[in-house]
Amino acid sequence: MAVAAPAYTPEQVWTWLAGVPDPEIPVISVVDLGIVRAVAIDDAGGECVVTITPTYSGCPAMQVIAEDVEQALRAHGVGKLRIVTRLSPAWTTDWMSEAGKAALKGYGIAPPVQQVIDISGLTHGVKRHAIRAPEVACPHCGSARTRLTSQFGSTPCKALYQCLDCREPFDYFKCH
Amino acid sequence: MDSNKFDYLLRQGDNALILSQQLSQLCGKGPALEEDMALTNVALDLLGQTRMWLSYAGEIEGKGRDEDRLAYLRDTRELRNVLLVEQPNGDYAQTMARQFFFDTWHYFLMRGLVDSSDVRIAGIAEKSIKEITYHLRRSGDLVVRLGDGTETSHRKMQAAIDELWTHTGEMFAYDAVDQAMVEQGVAPAADALRAAFLSHVAEVLEEATLKMPSPDAFMQRGGKQGRHSERLGYILAEMQFLQRAYPGAEW
Repeated sequence: MAVAAPAYTPEQVWTWLAGVPDPEIPVISVVDLGIVRAVAIDDAGGECVVTITPTYSGCPAMQVIAEDVEQALRAHGVGKLRIVTRLSPAWTTDWMSEAGKAALKGYGIAPPVQQVIDISGLTHGVKRHAIRAPEVACPHCGSARTRLTSQFGSTPCKALYQCLDCREPFDYFKCH
Repeated sequence: MDSNKFDYLLRQGDNALILSQQLSQLCGKGPALEEDMALTNVALDLLGQTRMWLSYAGEIEGKGRDEDRLAYLRDTRELRNVLLVEQPNGDYAQTMARQFFFDTWHYFLMRGLVDSSDVRIAGIAEKSIKEITYHLRRSGDLVVRLGDGTETSHRKMQAAIDELWTHTGEMFAYDAVDQAMVEQGVAPAADALRAAFLSHVAEVLEEATLKMPSPDAFMQRGGKQGRHSERLGYILAEMQFLQRAYPGAEW
């Protein structure tokens, strides 16, 4: 039996994936979050290969994300599908789209403010206490007067902050 | 099978596994809500790392054991974690002293493993070190807050540092397995790792107004070779109960 060429392009698959929400923060898609790293369609076999990467190594949403991706693509008629998990290069918040950051803010989570986490910040003469918590604007009232309450929040990707003006506590999506 | 590499991977996986299990036991018991969440976040990161290490170990072994079988169906003598991570949670000063010593070593070890000749190990290290950087910042902060806090917190923190210090030498006591990994370019050498560990610990303890014990003090060892304290049996009894009683049970 001859294999029919797939009736869709990688660009279309990317568009479809942009409609798959992150299970824990549903206002942002798995594409905006930077979890989807590659989409390839094998010309000969017509197989669609989607490469995803975990945000945190213990992220419990990873399996759900893979299932959601599969379900969405099946609904769009993707027959032959393979989902590959890749660790390296490690996921970074630099891969988050501007649209994704705006959506987070609208949802009440302050988006990451710096570049990728500086893993060298603890060595080579850099004094530990010289590392300051990033200044994060309150997603509710916009005030820059906020303080870090805890490096760890309701999920591994978030830290806890509090606004010193409107007094609201809020989540901050950590740089990673 | 490269039995040295299998053993080395088990060591990495078992360290993360046992510490994760111990921290998980504190879920709902943290001294403050923020601390409770932080403890379990760290436990979750470590569990994710365990999975990456043990699944690779299972592949190297080539006998069809996956990460679950390695975690749930090995007995104490087969576990390769360092003695530090099986020390009791104790009071919060002990929990944090254990964490701070572990995080400091873990951080510098991963910095070395990022350049491992084994690309799979390098990838796991690259993924893990970002998480560990946050772990270390937090545990260092807490050692400083408790050490340079009240008279009581200072006394308890110093006691915890002194108590656990004897478990901070084993990581740098390289045996034939570690040495084989160094020779293959898989793992970093012990000397530089130990120097970086001692330097960071000294910096934090000074800021915390705590006294650093002697680096030349007697150090306990044996965990990496499977000689553990009695306590590990109790940890495994709870952790492995379900899979022992109901083999193959799934969610």
